[in-house]
Amino acid sequence: MKLSGKVFKYGDNVDTDVIIPARFLNTSDPEKLAEHCLEDLDPEFTDRVTEGDIIVGGKNFGSGSSREHAPLAIKAAGISCVIAESFARIFYRNSINIGLPILESPEASRSIEEGQKIEVDLQEGIIKNLDGGQEYKSEKFPPFMRDIIQSGGLIEYVKREQLGRH
Amino acid sequence: MGMTMVEKIIAAHADKQKVSPGDILLAEVDMVLGNDITSPVAIEEFKKIGISEVFDPGRVILVPDHFTPNKDINSAQQAKILRSFAREQELEYYFEIGEMGIEHCLLPEQGLALPGEIIIGADSHTCTYGALGALGTGVGSTDMAAAMATGKAWFRVPPTIKFVYSGSLQPWVGAKDLILYTIGDIGVDGALYKSMEFTGEVIDNLSMDGRMTMSNMAIEAGGKCGLIKPDEKTQNYLKNRAIRDYTPLYSDEDAEYEKEIRYDVGKIEPQISFPHLPENTHPLSEAEGLEIDQAVIGSCTNGRIEDLRKAAEVMAGNKVRDSVRCLVFPGTQKIYQQALQEGVIETLIEAGAAVSTPTCGPCLGGHMGILAAGERAVSTTNRNFVGRMGHKESEVYLSSPAVAAAAAVKGYLVHPEEVVK
Repeated sequence: MKLSGKVFKYGDNVDTDVIIPARFLNTSDPEKLAEHCLEDLDPEFTDRVTEGDIIVGGKNFGSGSSREHAPLAIKAAGISCVIAESFARIFYRNSINIGLPILESPEASRSIEEGQKIEVDLQEGIIKNLDGGQEYKSEKFPPFMRDIIQSGGLIEYVKREQLGRH
Repeated sequence: MGMTMVEKIIAAHADKQKVSPGDILLAEVDMVLGNDITSPVAIEEFKKIGISEVFDPGRVILVPDHFTPNKDINSAQQAKILRSFAREQELEYYFEIGEMGIEHCLLPEQGLALPGEIIIGADSHTCTYGALGALGTGVGSTDMAAAMATGKAWFRVPPTIKFVYSGSLQPWVGAKDLILYTIGDIGVDGALYKSMEFTGEVIDNLSMDGRMTMSNMAIEAGGKCGLIKPDEKTQNYLKNRAIRDYTPLYSDEDAEYEKEIRYDVGKIEPQISFPHLPENTHPLSEAEGLEIDQAVIGSCTNGRIEDLRKAAEVMAGNKVRDSVRCLVFPGTQKIYQQALQEGVIETLIEAGAAVSTPTCGPCLGGHMGILAAGERAVSTTNRNFVGRMGHKESEVYLSSPAVAAAAAVKGYLVHPEEVVK
């Protein structure tokens, strides 16, 4: 599957508190969460984001709280994929589990700039900068995680496997 | 080649003789935990799986502690989802207001976090249970849902960094200072995807409360867990608490560590983490004189009896400065009661602190102590991100309970020894 969109570029350690502040966590409705996505970091994000856009972060993206509301808000805001130099582990799990595509690529994270158009081939893990022409490769997911992603998330995977309940 | 604690715990739960860092496998979990923010999502996801009952009603723990006592109508709705689910599933461990505590203070106190066990919690500070030699680790709501259905979760076996603490602690320096210092040294992603193992004579000498403070903040360095070898102290703590027999697991002598980091603690003074990252750690002497509007003492990091005693020791005979709101949150009802019986609460109230029922409230900017634009808090909590305790232009400085109490008295950051009468 190929995704393409314009880039929202952020720095290191984008934490889940700025992705979706706790003051909005009295609901778990993704659409309502999306209205406040990244509000404290980039007040214009929700106005500017369009369906399919891509976030490019630095190191340790999604650090802090385990709130799944963070990837849910990003996904519901219309973001098709998050690329970062590295992800915090709970955010990484959560994204895979809910079916938000994420890719780790230090080179892409460093080189891609705000507002550029990029294309992502999820299958091959290739990120192409449509404005500059450069290509970056990301780490491939191990087979187990690929299974979860291809199932459409952990719940679908569990339904399919009926883990532990034969 | 032997195995580290985390490797042994995962192996034991995945029916393997040997596992190595990088292995990805399904493991059985002993306990699954959720709170009033994360569980409603998990319960919704659980229902999608199509299984009507949780895998074991004695192994799913629900604690409504974040926005409770309910702060608004939406929060009340969320808490109600937990309550209804707990009743419907006949969960053994649902804690209603009145017996509720901050989850990571509550579970160890109730003997629900045991050495050698795996506890996954839809809360990032589930790593607290590392202090008891348990693999406690934070996950999201969907992981919680899948584990409620199957009793299993997927894990990538992490490499381990061994931390060795030696020397003698300076007066007024404790577990919180050690962990802030460590995070300051390795950074907020210094242990990303890794297990932290805290060892050495200093850790051996820490109380269980102190150990829990250290393990609690492993996540602030990106860690999957922060493990401490269970010893006689652990066993004594668990006597009359543990809900079942347990099998402690220890790192082998020849276990392979990714790295070993040694600290001579004698040089460490009280630590302060400046906004907006826990790694922005400075010695207190570099922060002295910084004025504060609010002091928060409590949370899953520092809401235990020893923390409250320290705060009371500093505040005894002193008064909270007029310009400061000092808020104290005992971690559980039992801690609250013990503090009452010991006179700790009286000392704090006498000094002008406001003491609350247990709640995570202000730590995450939920309720009970939100900061306005431009306000500054010193807090014994665990995060000082942008907007963490309220307005995005407010600031949180992380410290130990003694330092927060001293700041409440003086109105600015100051060494506790200058305040104690």
